[in-house]
Amino acid sequence: MVDRIRLTTLSTESISAVVLMRKSVCTTSLFRTLLLGLFLWGMQSTLLFADGAAEWLMTDLGQPLSKAEIERYEITIFPDGTNLPDGQGAAAQGKVLYQNQCAMCHGKSGIEGPAARLAGSDGWFSFEDPLRVLRIKEYPILLISVGSMWPYATTIFDYIRRAMPHHAPKSLHNDEAYALTAYILYMNDQLEESSTLDKQSILEITMPGKARSVSAKEQITNLVEQP
Amino acid sequence: MRKAFLKTAAGNGLLDRRSFLQSGIALSTSFSLGAFAAPVSDLNTAPNSSIAASFPEWMKTPGRADTEYGQPSIYEKQVQRHLQKSAPEASLFSIWHTPIENQRGIITPSGLHFTVNHNGIPDIDPQQHVLMIHGLVDKPLKFDVESLMRYPMVSVIHFLECAGNTATNAVSLSPLDQSAQELSGQMSGSEWAGIPLKYLLKETGLKANAKWVIAEGADGGSHSRSIPLDKLQDDAMVALYQNGERIRPSQGYPMRLFVPGWEGNLNVKWLHRLEVTDQPAYTKDESGLYSDILDDGRIQRFSFHMDVKSLITRPSGKQLLPEKKGFYEISGLAWSGYGKIKQVEVSADGGKTWAPAHLEGPILPKSLTRFTIPWRWNGSETVLLSRATDELGRVQPTRDQWRDQYASYSFNHYNGIQAWHIARDGIVENCYG
Ligand code: HEC
Repeated sequence: MVDRIRLTTLSTESISAVVLMRKSVCTTSLFRTLLLGLFLWGMQSTLLFADGAAEWLMTDLGQPLSKAEIERYEITIFPDGTNLPDGQGAAAQGKVLYQNQCAMCHGKSGIEGPAARLAGSDGWFSFEDPLRVLRIKEYPILLISVGSMWPYATTIFDYIRRAMPHHAPKSLHNDEAYALTAYILYMNDQLEESSTLDKQSILEITMPGKARSVSAKEQITNLVEQP
Repeated sequence: MRKAFLKTAAGNGLLDRRSFLQSGIALSTSFSLGAFAAPVSDLNTAPNSSIAASFPEWMKTPGRADTEYGQPSIYEKQVQRHLQKSAPEASLFSIWHTPIENQRGIITPSGLHFTVNHNGIPDIDPQQHVLMIHGLVDKPLKFDVESLMRYPMVSVIHFLECAGNTATNAVSLSPLDQSAQELSGQMSGSEWAGIPLKYLLKETGLKANAKWVIAEGADGGSHSRSIPLDKLQDDAMVALYQNGERIRPSQGYPMRLFVPGWEGNLNVKWLHRLEVTDQPAYTKDESGLYSDILDDGRIQRFSFHMDVKSLITRPSGKQLLPEKKGFYEISGLAWSGYGKIKQVEVSADGGKTWAPAHLEGPILPKSLTRFTIPWRWNGSETVLLSRATDELGRVQPTRDQWRDQYASYSFNHYNGIQAWHIARDGIVENCYG
């Protein structure tokens, strides 16, 4: 027995679209009609799409996504606190976690690298640094830091929880992610070492990067449409 | 040689862009030298000998069998992607550059397409992969890969460029001696095929306050970006194919978001979740790494477009013009995230005079456009430049003009004019015009 490849078919709406088209296409066999119809329809879909008349191309193969499924994957934290989980962590706890799980890549004080710079100001490496040019060449990404540029502390929590430590993403508990967020804020003078962070207090942090922020989006939205 | 057709177009030997086409002269373009080096053999004219002696080995033996998946010639092994030094694989954040100076036409072979992997490349089983759309929609839905393959698809030719492409020229105080690949190889061109996102959003329906979409990948770092809904409704797609085959793992297999003309980082690979919202999430990459620092210290966010840009790929950095006073075809690439390329001008005298280059078809919106212009090099030191203009009238700035807008260490979205210094010994080197 030959293993046959299971062909994927078009959904019912698409098929009816093809059948509609048959009226204008004069061919002898149903098979050829369908083929030609499919071909023409493929060609026309772009045009119809551009005309905004895509209604008849509607398909319905999406399956309902349950509330439970959404909650499982909804890990994006918004600046207004949306999706922040319960839990809490202190900067002092974060310090221990940081030394054990983060310092080898981000440096003892979050500045040295080699991975992205977490603390300090942005800008060139010190002008007095004799190896300045060399350092910039080797690590251009270390020119910017979380402490100077990021506008919201919620992003620190979000990113640590989804992506760090780099070799074991998503391994930290919510409490640990709060503690590490607190410690990074402490390294940037945004929190006391004795402070604790949770889903309320994280919203009270005003990051230095926020006041400096300007959005290019306003300038470009009217350019999205082509002339 | 019918000299009459070699019309000068601008200073220092730039010829009319139609010269090659019209004259049909056998130009001694040094680049093609070598290609005609016929195998030298002693012609055996003795009456009883076979003709074998006249022919090279490969014309006297049956060739080898072909393979299931073809590979480039063994003599093209040097055409490889290049791993950016400042982001070694060891730090798990790798940036691979396309050898753009080896490319002709506007399509980059998929295996040479540039790739930036923030947390490595996952090998995703398509049978277990699902695309979820939820948030401010009427019906939250999930789509498996097999279902998506049944949707009507469109195919489009577009460039893709990393926001950090050519960053070295943006920030390095002195020009580094780098090749076009090393400087600007975070840019490639492909044919992408997939489902307009508009179709899927129509199926889920959208709430009136829906404005943004947070797109997320299924990689280790769950890469995520906030993208304005109007752009996604306009021309974005869930891409399943690249250059006629299913998207490769380093480009997002089994599917990626494709957002034409906008910075590479938004084109989320391994796409598995779209959360429709009324606000951006300020994800990691829109908080620091992919923003611009303006000259007054303000941080500009959400600068999505890749602006009009061009560079000469031949001759370019680390190459050598082997023949003094030779004829050369200058060739390069131009593109704009805003639309079609309208014109590319080339200067062979460091910007004193300019001539329009020939734009090779097809000229497509948000796509690489190939330009060429014939040039007779007189053997003296000079600087070659190219300057692109797009259909919106946006003109590629000089490096100084570009840098005036930004802090000295801001490196994203660089589109300054690329200058190549030609030394008298024919050495081509990156320079600052
Ligand atoms: C194996 C090395 C490694 C370890 C260990 C590691 N990181 Fe990272 N981290 C990285 C790399 C590489 C990046 C940059 C990734 C990127 O840009 O996509 C990064 C980025 C970050 C960022 C974002 C910085 C920015 O400016 O974009 C934060 C915050 C962060 N790490 C926090 C942590 C914390 C907290 C830990 C410990 C739990 C940790 N990291 C452990 C390698 C590491």
